[in-house]
Amino acid sequence: MKIGIGGYAAIVLVMGVALILTLLNQLTPATSALHVPTYVVALAGKYLCYAMLALAVDLVWGFGGILSLGHAAFFALGGYAMGMYLMRQIGTRGVYGNANLPDFMVFLGWHQLPWYWFGFEWFGYAVLMAILVPAVLAGVFGWLAFRSRVTGVYLSIITQALTYALLLAFFRNDMGFGGNNGLTDFKDILGFSIQSDGTRCALLVASALFLCGQFLLARFVVDSRFGKVLIAVRDTESRTRFLGYRPESYKLVVWVLSAVMAGIGGALYVPQVGIINPSEFAPGNSIEAVIWVAVGGRGTLVGPILGAILVNFGKTWFTGALPEVWLYALGAMFILVTLFLPKGVMGLFTRREREPAADEIPATAREVTG
Amino acid sequence: MSEGDTLLYLDGVTVTFDGFRALNALSLALEEGEMRAMVGPNGAGKTTMMDVITGKTRPDSGKVVFGKDIDLTRLDEPAIASLGIGRKFQKPTVFEPHTVWDNLLLALAGDRTPRFTLFSRQTAGEKRRIEEILETTRLRDHRNRRAADLSHGQKQWLEIGMLLAQEPQLLLVDEPVAGMTDSETEQTAELLREINKSRSVVVVEHDMAFVRALGVKVTVLNEGSVLSEGSIDHVSEDPKVIEVYLGR
Repeated sequence: MKIGIGGYAAIVLVMGVALILTLLNQLTPATSALHVPTYVVALAGKYLCYAMLALAVDLVWGFGGILSLGHAAFFALGGYAMGMYLMRQIGTRGVYGNANLPDFMVFLGWHQLPWYWFGFEWFGYAVLMAILVPAVLAGVFGWLAFRSRVTGVYLSIITQALTYALLLAFFRNDMGFGGNNGLTDFKDILGFSIQSDGTRCALLVASALFLCGQFLLARFVVDSRFGKVLIAVRDTESRTRFLGYRPESYKLVVWVLSAVMAGIGGALYVPQVGIINPSEFAPGNSIEAVIWVAVGGRGTLVGPILGAILVNFGKTWFTGALPEVWLYALGAMFILVTLFLPKGVMGLFTRREREPAADEIPATAREVTG
Repeated sequence: MSEGDTLLYLDGVTVTFDGFRALNALSLALEEGEMRAMVGPNGAGKTTMMDVITGKTRPDSGKVVFGKDIDLTRLDEPAIASLGIGRKFQKPTVFEPHTVWDNLLLALAGDRTPRFTLFSRQTAGEKRRIEEILETTRLRDHRNRRAADLSHGQKQWLEIGMLLAQEPQLLLVDEPVAGMTDSETEQTAELLREINKSRSVVVVEHDMAFVRALGVKVTVLNEGSVLSEGSIDHVSEDPKVIEVYLGR
């Protein structure tokens, strides 16, 4: 596995910033000039969750050639699983004080918890669901799509339709996920107050750890022989078939893995932003994730992490300072990057690779590595 | 000829595309260890025939039997490739972002499942085998170059090398010398003869000089069926062949 300079730099940066923000938040008094307010900690944690989504998109798009325009759906499903756990933690502290039913169910006049809410009072179960639900949906979707050899723009359109269908479904009150308002008013996570500074810092560090872990996992996958086959499938799918590979099973494996990565990102996202609602399924969210990857550098793994953080930092700044300009800025950024930085921000760092001519270096002097 | 000696047997294979008969009751038998040249004008059905054998196209009717009794019309491309039928395309298709070495590594016969490839490491046996193929295909000094940077002829050889790595029983080669220089053409003929020592080969080629240089049995296709079969001298004197190539 080749982590590379960029990879080490990304890990050090992500972990370093998370730890520094945590220390400055916890150890300095609120009056100090060095003090980092808690909302900054939560914001940083949110960016890192977006980075997980970007990493997941890069794995399928950059290496598998599958342009997903619906990846935020997996992110949102992971988020809903965590949101359901957080809802169950509210207990009698809700507006209606009902120990068994979340507020919105009482409001709808329901008397019983729907069967699919059972088990969500346990953290472990919710985490399992945050992994399993995206995995199963991606598995079924991918199995059908890849086996039928749906590729390219057609596949992108179906992924977009998938997230749109989920958006409409989750809007419905009788789905039992809070409808339009989604799930919010969370109180505790694992017994700790979700609003407290300490919890916020712990969630930021957890996000940083998971992001780095996912990065290393993705690196392992793309550097393995599997990853080489995947790149071959991306560029020349039919050729891999005549070599005896089944491109559909390679795509399915990476697709499900990517969905799980996005789901974990969503599960960490929800406690940090304090709400999950159907707007997370909005097609625009998935398209934004693709822009993060393009801006950072498709097929580089480090780039998308960078892209997600940079673009979202820009978004926070712009929507604060010049709210009406943000969408134009995002559009302009996408166009400029496509035109002038086809390899994204990462393209600035990688020197133009000069292939050594074969006769410059004797074959025996070059070590062959796997 | 007894059934047991036949490696590949096509019987009355018909393929229709929107009413156009690409193959018209094509029948053909290839013996174990044989090298066969297929010639024919454009649209004669040469590529369609390869598509049928490799599972890319399903015939409307007819039998395609590999070995003793394997019905190829029921299998898809990866299954047929795993049986030991390798195919080289007209346009060289190698994995451009990968090095020559990695291209051969991916082609090596072995487990093709994601479960295996995720965790596998290169074995000494695999390395030795790749070295051998690099030697055979004259790509020893190019092992670390990206396939995209190879010359046209080198890409053709790399693809032939990948076919060798697959260790197929039968090799289907579509126009291997198209766009090659004379010396490359000569070397390719030599390479194919070398390969033919251990496996059966079907070569589709327009270049008659190249077919003559191979010196093998020739099948002439026209309008989806066999027009003539025999030595190169025999078929080139066949009045039906002359009419198709020179007449009208």
